[in-house]
Amino acid sequence: MKGWKELEIGAITEAGSADSYNTGSWRAFRPRWIEENCIQCLFCWIYCPDSAITVNDGKRGEFDYNHCKGCGICAMECPGKKGKKAIVMEEEGK
Amino acid sequence: MGKRLAVTGNQAIAEAMRQINPDVCAAYPITPSTEVMQRFASFVANGKVDTELVTVESEHSAMSACIGASAAGGRVMTATSSQGLALMWEMLHIASGMRLPVVMTLVNRALSAPINIHGDHSDGMGARDCGWIQLWSENAQEAYDNLIQAIRIAEHDDVRLPAMVCLDGFIISHSIESMEFLSDDLVKEFIGEFKAKNPLLDVNNPVTYGPLVLPDYFMEFKRQQHEAMLNAKDVVLQVAKEFEKVSGRSYGLFEEYRLDDAEIAIVVLNSAAGTFKDVVDEYRDRGIKVGLLKPRLFRPFPYKEVAEALSGAKVIGVLDRADSFGGFGPMYMEIASAMMSNGTNPVMIDRVYGLGGRDFMPEHAAQLIDELKEILDTGKVTLYKDYLGVRE
Ligand code: SF4
Ligand code: SF4
Repeated sequence: MKGWKELEIGAITEAGSADSYNTGSWRAFRPRWIEENCIQCLFCWIYCPDSAITVNDGKRGEFDYNHCKGCGICAMECPGKKGKKAIVMEEEGK
Repeated sequence: MGKRLAVTGNQAIAEAMRQINPDVCAAYPITPSTEVMQRFASFVANGKVDTELVTVESEHSAMSACIGASAAGGRVMTATSSQGLALMWEMLHIASGMRLPVVMTLVNRALSAPINIHGDHSDGMGARDCGWIQLWSENAQEAYDNLIQAIRIAEHDDVRLPAMVCLDGFIISHSIESMEFLSDDLVKEFIGEFKAKNPLLDVNNPVTYGPLVLPDYFMEFKRQQHEAMLNAKDVVLQVAKEFEKVSGRSYGLFEEYRLDDAEIAIVVLNSAAGTFKDVVDEYRDRGIKVGLLKPRLFRPFPYKEVAEALSGAKVIGVLDRADSFGGFGPMYMEIASAMMSNGTNPVMIDRVYGLGGRDFMPEHAAQLIDELKEILDTGKVTLYKDYLGVRE
């Protein structure tokens, strides 16, 4: 491990380093995506306080479970299709 | 040489800021520092500076905006007093922890309650451990000179820390005195171009400011901050030397006044030192060996140098314009720490004075010298900590 003389000043480090730090294990509830109810509005991507909704070519992709904290905001905001949610929260370990 | 003008302390500070021409200023008005930003705002409005002035809704936001602007890569300044500094407290630590050379003027004022708008040092002393360099100023001239030097000190490669320049509320901020200004060109040349380090606006080299650092590395970053503070002491002296060349005014880590052969030493900060020097002269005329030490650099505190300067004293009276209720005043604790290591073992007493702008008069200074003389003759101390100028 580095000593104080070798460390960068003021902990100013490379950008996007949270990506390599796995924080998904904190989750107590797991969001599940039900693709057939998804209208591709990307609300979940906007509202997710982490970066746990992946988007490929402008389309919603799977959850990034290495970073999803299970807060449930995406499920709350998801309009879904015809009253059927495209995201549901399920207890981990069940 | 520059112009000589009669100005208030706040005017002197605003003028220094105009000459420094920072990239960004974020501030919220508070007595007695309001006039600094009020005058500076008119410089912005009249196109006298290129500064982006951010008017915010609180001092917490002011310091937050300063931090953002500094991390983005700008030269950043602000000013505040009292409750304003107290509200910034959380962000003061963030500025120093991220090693951002923000420079702030602190026009010293008491902290509530009861509410009081006048000068004492509770605000600055309360921010002692926030990791900011602190330069203290006796008068408007020193405040102006310190602010210009603070830019160089804070931005120095071996330092990269925020710095605050303190001056006494109302006594200095609102009194008119005659002082000398440097020319705009000289100030510009003296401070030089700002060199941003790891600027957030450099999109080709993206960086993270303020990552989560857990027990495995946290202490190492704090140790770095202490080292930067230790480096600041030498930088303060280097910058002072260069400043003397352009201004003719010399500065050190502290000022010594008739201290060489003094048996009785006084330690006092800021404006009260001016009053005290006159009284020292009176006692010297009567053959009493009294001298004075006025600290300039309070963080980092120059323990070794102060101890050497006070090593001839048999009794020391330390004046504190801030209190630590149930403890000794902040200045006394520093002087006691300094003297402990030097082995001369003088008698030291602490006198709290001037809280909430209570006038410090020549008779208070005389009262303290008389008491110290009594201690010198009898060796008896009644109270190590007491109050000067309070009604029983
Ligand atoms: S549960 Fe929370 S963290 Fe996880 S994807 Fe949804 S909004 Fe993001
Ligand atoms: S909020 Fe729901 S419907 Fe909209 S993209 Fe996300 S999962 Fe699909």
